[in-house]
Amino acid sequence: MEYIAISTGFALMLLGLWGILSQKNLIKIVLGFTIFDTGINIVMVSIGYVKGKAAPILDVINASEAANKIVDPVPQALVLTAIVIGLGVTALMLVYVLKLHREKNSLDINSFKDLKW
Amino acid sequence: MIKKWIILGILAGMGLIFFDLFSAFRGNETLGKTADYYARHGAEEVGASNIVTAIVVTYRGFDTLGEVTILFLTAAIISFVLKIRQEDILPNRPIRITSELLDSASQVIVPVIFMVGIYIFVNGHLTPGGGFPGGAVIASGVLLMILSNPNFSVSHKVIAWVESISGVGFVLLGVMGILFAGGFLDNRVLGLGDFGKLFSAGIIPFIYSFIGLKVGAELSNILGAISHAQNEKN
Repeated sequence: MEYIAISTGFALMLLGLWGILSQKNLIKIVLGFTIFDTGINIVMVSIGYVKGKAAPILDVINASEAANKIVDPVPQALVLTAIVIGLGVTALMLVYVLKLHREKNSLDINSFKDLKW
Repeated sequence: MIKKWIILGILAGMGLIFFDLFSAFRGNETLGKTADYYARHGAEEVGASNIVTAIVVTYRGFDTLGEVTILFLTAAIISFVLKIRQEDILPNRPIRITSELLDSASQVIVPVIFMVGIYIFVNGHLTPGGGFPGGAVIASGVLLMILSNPNFSVSHKVIAWVESISGVGFVLLGVMGILFAGGFLDNRVLGLGDFGKLFSAGIIPFIYSFIGLKVGAELSNILGAISHAQNEKN
């Protein structure tokens, strides 16, 4: 199970990187970043997986039993943070795309050569 | 042509790194040391059923405060970038009339979406969920309102008040932790209550409600700014 999740995560990361590097449309590049992000999050969550254990939500307070019942909650808490930051970064990139489109009326990255030497 | 080969080379290199990481990965049989502590003592010390919430809001609450700040900064930068000068505003932007279906359906669905969002962040310490997903759900309701009525503008006054009150409330509750409990953002200001009940886990439900309102207000502000940016003259 964890192998499926972690390999999917790595595959998504590669897919996102390919999108960032090869696409010409700015929106598609932003989507590439989002896919990369999702891949990293999946990898992080799957690293915290413990075989045969359930989500870290408890029914009763039982210190000795709880440790044998749940998966690692720390990566999940980190991913929660990462998702929110990813959302902020995506929103910011999309707004920059919007502004760039206003400037040149084009979404093609090849039409923005002002800073290219 | 050479570009394609460079891209292929980078992808192959990254693939190699990932494969190396993947082949070294072995599934865990037991929890790590930190996780073991949280699992054993989290429910007892914090009183939240959801251990992830216990970590996010209490053990690493300061981190979450920073996270909320980052979201606030993002919203502020977006508003700054999308600012339109008064003389550039198009008085009557031509808009397409919304379909009857979307218009009627949104009036029914939007209150339900808001209710679901509030439910998610109020129950953050009991169920998978919390302030961030709850706030995002509320913002999706605002998005539906904007889509169904293109002239709808998100009120800056409401957003500013909700955001300020929830931000200040979050910090004040944290400071109360210093005064009445073990330290900044300690949740034992109120009693821990019955495990698994809505009013339990000290101040976690209140902090998560503030976070939910703040995230919802910030995301709505971003959506409103993007929607308003369409009024600019070309």
